Amino acid sequence: MTAFFNFARAWRSLYGFALVCAVLCLNPGAQAQLTIEITGGGASRIPVAIAPFAGSGLLPQALVGVIRADLERSGLFRMVETPNFDPPLTEAQNVSYAEWKSRLTDALVVGSVGTAADGRFEVRFRLHDVVKQTQLGGVAYTMTAAQTRTTAHHIADYIYEKLIGDRGVFSTRIAYVVKQGPRFELQIADADGAGAQTALVSKEPIISATWSPDGTRIAYVSFENKKPVIYIHSLLTGNRTVLANYKGSNSAPAWAPDGSRLAVVLSRDGGSQIFSVKPDGSDLQRLTTSSAIDTEPFYSPDGQFLYFTSDRGGGPQIYRIPATGGDAQRITFEGSYNVTPRVSPDGKSLAYIARRGGGFQLMLLDLASKQTQALTDGNADESPSFAPNGKIILYATEIGGRGHLSAVSSDGRVHQRLSLQTGDAREPSWGPYGK
Amino acid sequence: MRKILTIAILGGMLALLGGCHSAPVKPETPVENRDLNAAPKPADGATGNPTTESGPEQKGLDPINDPKNILSKRSIYFDYDKFDIQDKYKPLIESHAKHLANHPERKMLIQGNCDERGSREYNLALGQKRADAAKKALLLLGARDAQVEAVSLGEEKPRALGKDEAAYAENRRDDLLYNGEF
Repeated sequence: MTAFFNFARAWRSLYGFALVCAVLCLNPGAQAQLTIEITGGGASRIPVAIAPFAGSGLLPQALVGVIRADLERSGLFRMVETPNFDPPLTEAQNVSYAEWKSRLTDALVVGSVGTAADGRFEVRFRLHDVVKQTQLGGVAYTMTAAQTRTTAHHIADYIYEKLIGDRGVFSTRIAYVVKQGPRFELQIADADGAGAQTALVSKEPIISATWSPDGTRIAYVSFENKKPVIYIHSLLTGNRTVLANYKGSNSAPAWAPDGSRLAVVLSRDGGSQIFSVKPDGSDLQRLTTSSAIDTEPFYSPDGQFLYFTSDRGGGPQIYRIPATGGDAQRITFEGSYNVTPRVSPDGKSLAYIARRGGGFQLMLLDLASKQTQALTDGNADESPSFAPNGKIILYATEIGGRGHLSAVSSDGRVHQRLSLQTGDAREPSWGPYGK
Repeated sequence: MRKILTIAILGGMLALLGGCHSAPVKPETPVENRDLNAAPKPADGATGNPTTESGPEQKGLDPINDPKNILSKRSIYFDYDKFDIQDKYKPLIESHAKHLANHPERKMLIQGNCDERGSREYNLALGQKRADAAKKALLLLGARDAQVEAVSLGEEKPRALGKDEAAYAENRRDDLLYNGEF
C-alpha cells in the first residue's frame, strides 16, 4: 500500500496540469493491492501436494507460494503439507506413489529452478496423479526474475486444467474502477488481485469498463466532459480514442466476440437506444427502434444475438435481438426488475442482476431449461463479469457502505471477496485468455 | 443561491485544476454560433409575451444568477423510477424556455440524475429519460433544439451522499446548466 500512496501523492501534484491523465504504458508503480479471501468453499476439494521446487532460492520472489495460493483460492483444491526434503525433490526423480498416498494426497507437483546460459531462469515441473500412479505431464519455462508470478500462474493453470478439465484463469487479468475520494482510477490487475496498475486517472466517474476480445484494449464510459462519452483505451500504448461522443449520452459499450464492432447505447436520436459501430467509430448503425429504454447490450459468444435490458414492457427486463437488429424476444419473466445480462462463454447460461425483496442479487439463468438460481444474497450486487472459462463470476457488491469486488463460482458454491484497504472498488471486468 | 455558488466554486476549482476551462465563474460573453439553417421558430404553445423575462431583472446581474429570479432555480426533482415532470415545476420550465427563446446565443445542458439503487447503466438511461423530459418541455415552450443538450449522469454524481430516502430523493434530479456553467 505504501507504494500506492506515494504514487497517489505524485498524481495529486500532477493534477494542476491535467484533469484526466491517461497513463502512458501502465505504470508499474501504482500498487493498490487487492487482497482475496475465500468466504465459502466447495464440499469436496482435491488434495494436492506441491513440493518445494529445488533451487527456488535462486528466485527473488516466491514461486510455489503463488501456485498454492492460486489453487487454494479457487476453492477446488486443498493443499497438503509437504516436508522439506533434503536434498529437495525434482521433476527428474522417480516418485514413490505409495509414500505420497500415505500423505493423503491425490496429486503431486515436483519441480526445480535453474539458471539458463543467458542468465535467465529455467523452471521445470511435473504433475503426478498419485491415485492412478501416473504422470499427467510437465512443462519447462524460461523466464526472467520479473516473470516469476506470471510463470506461477501458468503452472497453476496447467494443474487446474489437468485435474479439473477446464482451462484455468489464474494467468488472466481483471479491470476495475477504484474511487478514492474525488479520484477515479481504472486499474488492471492479475486475476489474484496482485500487480495492480493504473491505466487512467480521472476527477470524474469511469464506468462500464470492458475488455476487447484480444485483451489489448479496454472500452469504457468517462464523464470527464460533464456527460458520458465512450473511449477505447490501448493498454499497450496508453493512447485513447473517442468511440462515441454524440449529442446526449453515450454509454454501455460491448465488444462483438470477433472484435470487429461494438454495441453502444446512444441518446442522440432521443431515448436510450442500441447502435453498433466499428472500433474506429465509423459505420454507425441503429439496432433498436423503441420508445423505451434499451441499454446494457451484450453479445452472445457466437456473435448471433444481442442481449439487453429494456423497460418496453413496463419495468426493466432482459430481451434479445439478432445482432444486426430485428424483433425482440423476452428472456426474463420472474420479478419486476431484471438487468445487466451477461452470457456465459459457452453460451448456455445468462448471469444478470435481479431485484429481490428490496436487494439486488446475482442470478444465473439456464437458457435451455429456463431455470434460475440466485448465486448471491447481497443487498447491492451489480456488474457481473464471467471469467473466460465460465466457472467464476466477478461482480461488484457493497460491504459496510463501501464498494468491494466479489467472485462466486458459477455453481454458487465458492465465494471470494477481493478487498481494497481504502476506497471503493467497482465496475469489474474479467479479461480474456492470454495468447 | 448556494447551489449556484457551489457550481461557480466548483467551476472555478476545475478551471484552476484543469487548466483547460476558461474561468466559468461569470457568464461569458456569448459565443456567436449561429446555425443559418435553423431559422428561429415561434414558440409552440408558449404563452405570454416572449420578450419579457419572468421576475424582476436587476441591472448588471444576469437573471439566471439573480436569486430573486425564478431563472436561478435550476433543479427539477422526480419520484422513484419516474421521469414525468410534476406540475409544480411548470413555471420554472416556462421561464427557462422563454429565456432560451429570447437569447438564441445561450445554450443549456440538462443533466439527469438518479439515486444509487440498481444498475449503473440502467440508471444512466433513466437519468436520460429525466433529462429528455425537461428538454422536450423546453422545446415545446420555445427553446430551440440546437440550444439544449440533454445528458445523463446516472447515479455517478450524487449530490447527497447518504443512503436514506432523503438522500435518494435529492439525487433524483435534473440540473439545468447554462453555457459557462459546464
